[in-house]
Amino acid sequence: MSQATADPRLIAARHAPKRRMRLSWSDPVFRAIVWQMVIVGIVAAIAWYLISNTTENLAARHIATGFAFLDRVAGIPIGESMIPYNPAVNTYGRALLIGVLNTLQVAVVGIVLATILGTLIGIGRLSKNWLLSRLTAFYVEVLRDIPLLLQLLFWYTILQGLPAPRQALHIGNAFFLTNRGMRVPLLDWQPAHSWALLAFAIGAIGTGFWRRHATRQQEATGRCPATWPVAMGLLVGLPVVVWAVLGAPFTLVLPVLKGFNFQGGGTVSPEYFALLVGLVTYTASYIAEIVRSGIQAIPKGQWEAAEALGLRPGAVLRQIILPQALRVIIPPMTSQYLNLTKNSSLAIAIGFQDVVSIANTTLNQTGQAIEGIAYIMAVYLMISLSISLFMNWYNARIALVER
Amino acid sequence: MSETTAEHLPTEARAQQKAAGPGPWAWARANLFGSWWSTAVTLALGYIILRVLVSVFEWGIVNAIWSVPYGPTGIANTAICQNAKGVGACWAVLADKYRLILFGRYPYEEQWRPAIVVLLFIGLYVVSAIRRFWRKELVLIWIGTLTAVGALMWGGFAGLPLVTEDYWGGLPITLILATFGLAFSFPLAVLVALGRRSTQLPAVKILCVVYVELIRGVPLISVLFMASVMFPLFLPPGLNIDKLLRAQVAIILFAAAYLAEVVRGGLQALPKGQAEAADALGLSYWKKTAFIILPQALRLVIPPLVNTFIGFFKDTSLVLIIGLFDLLTMGKVALSDPPWQSFSTEVYLGLAAIYIAFCFAMSTYSRSLERDLNRSRGR
Repeated sequence: MSQATADPRLIAARHAPKRRMRLSWSDPVFRAIVWQMVIVGIVAAIAWYLISNTTENLAARHIATGFAFLDRVAGIPIGESMIPYNPAVNTYGRALLIGVLNTLQVAVVGIVLATILGTLIGIGRLSKNWLLSRLTAFYVEVLRDIPLLLQLLFWYTILQGLPAPRQALHIGNAFFLTNRGMRVPLLDWQPAHSWALLAFAIGAIGTGFWRRHATRQQEATGRCPATWPVAMGLLVGLPVVVWAVLGAPFTLVLPVLKGFNFQGGGTVSPEYFALLVGLVTYTASYIAEIVRSGIQAIPKGQWEAAEALGLRPGAVLRQIILPQALRVIIPPMTSQYLNLTKNSSLAIAIGFQDVVSIANTTLNQTGQAIEGIAYIMAVYLMISLSISLFMNWYNARIALVER
Repeated sequence: MSETTAEHLPTEARAQQKAAGPGPWAWARANLFGSWWSTAVTLALGYIILRVLVSVFEWGIVNAIWSVPYGPTGIANTAICQNAKGVGACWAVLADKYRLILFGRYPYEEQWRPAIVVLLFIGLYVVSAIRRFWRKELVLIWIGTLTAVGALMWGGFAGLPLVTEDYWGGLPITLILATFGLAFSFPLAVLVALGRRSTQLPAVKILCVVYVELIRGVPLISVLFMASVMFPLFLPPGLNIDKLLRAQVAIILFAAAYLAEVVRGGLQALPKGQAEAADALGLSYWKKTAFIILPQALRLVIPPLVNTFIGFFKDTSLVLIIGLFDLLTMGKVALSDPPWQSFSTEVYLGLAAIYIAFCFAMSTYSRSLERDLNRSRGR
């Protein structure tokens, strides 16, 4: 915080030898203390008034405060859940946990997809091709001017207007689009796949080490050892070898129409699909503008200098432009990620059971309004804080290191 | 990828255009068929756009149905719309329901009042957008207009029948929530921004930081839930506040946190010398703030303020979730009428058109303003 508005008398006072505060209105220090006491006192009085009203109201309505209700059996039917859940047995606590997981799932998938789509559109806006740049500009303008809630309702209606499972739209009898959601083929998961995944993780760590080694080599000798053969070997070769050694199992479970609905394969519910499509297309329109302005913020001289050095166009973008553009892009991008996460709370309007939806059902059933809302707020504050911390860490990592 | 991003700067594009000579053919050569990649993109996109435009034209205009016959009991007979489903749009739903969507359940004969209210709001926006009116009197114009809005909506004087908030709905609600929200949250935002910048009052600063970060960390919907579910618990027993007012308070508190950050940006952008010069003249804190700091800082942040306002204008649609009858909710209410149930696409497109009209006007204005301000600053 800069000292822009600091009273010069105060600055003088700070540097001058300590003197005792006078109990007089003309002493700025005394005045500051009085003002703070008055303002804090008013805020505290309002808070006390509200709290006393609340306790009185709660007592009148015979509502016990506290989180004891979390251990009671929930009885909320939940459509999709990442962990096992049975409304007849499981508690409110578990139902609320499922809500958090659903929110996180939408947010993480949404952030990844919105970043990809937004970056493509942002680059498209800078295209020399007039048609492409106008089309992407049109996309950005229209999507930003319609409330997200309206877009979600629109997508949801479109998905509900799809044909019934018997007349499903399909791609090669593997992907089915119906009014009950999307059906996709799933891999029949074997232990070999888990081991291959583990091998991939080990390969990724190994690649990281090799890259550090390569950088050090380059700094010491000026010659950079090739990274990509090692990376390919570790990231692709190792998992494939592990998978092949364990018998190379590969069976796809295709969705098959039985009776009125599909059996087998994975399902993406229309609610989740509509929410994801709405969030991704909407947020991408904001990310596109951030990416565009980030790239445009790089002075032309950087392009020219890189080209004068004889770098190939791809290398110019990767090595010169993007590292600099990222510094401009990351802070506003962080707030878009936060917005996407917060906007996922609109799920309640189309019936996807995220944390807000389940907490709302809970507070309607139990009457624990304060706890329910406090829970929602705490969850979002925690998610927001984590995203901010991570993005700040990333921002610090790529920030310009000055002397 | 690189080919689409390299040499993107408009000046360069202009230079190239000049080099290629005048005429539409040269323009197309430079901008549509610059390279084999660009040509491929143009052809592929051109084909897709043409196909989409043709089918939209057929659906929306050629095969569209603009009106339907009504049965003897006044119930719309939507059979022809049902038959045309998927082939042609049924704009008859908007023709039938536009009064309900725009003005909600406001008494039918009195709907000229919300209509005037909408015009008043638009007039207020236009006046506020003209730079000649950026002076103290603008505050009086706002107070006057908002008072007139309240008087017209409620009535109960000069022969106008009283209409309580329960019957308000549609576009006026959206505009009321957004505009009153801005009018009340803005002074609060300025105070919070000043408090957050204060170096002498650490306790006040902490209060402001906690308020801003708390509100910005949670979604609007949770604040609205708080207003609709928790707020009644806060009040002394017996006192009951209308739902619209509660939502309005929630929006004001929510908007103030975001606006405070925008204002703080302006305060931070102001050179330090301004405050120091004011101090050197011996101005008190409030005189310095009111006459030196704020007029300059606020002028700096007008474009982002307009953008924030666009955001709140869209966000007012969230009151749908707590059951208030804004524009979007009225669209859904209109769709709950059995004959029209399956024509949601048409209704949503109609609503989108209204939102786009408002937001596009504001964002175009914000962009032109930004350009103007940048130009004058660059001199």
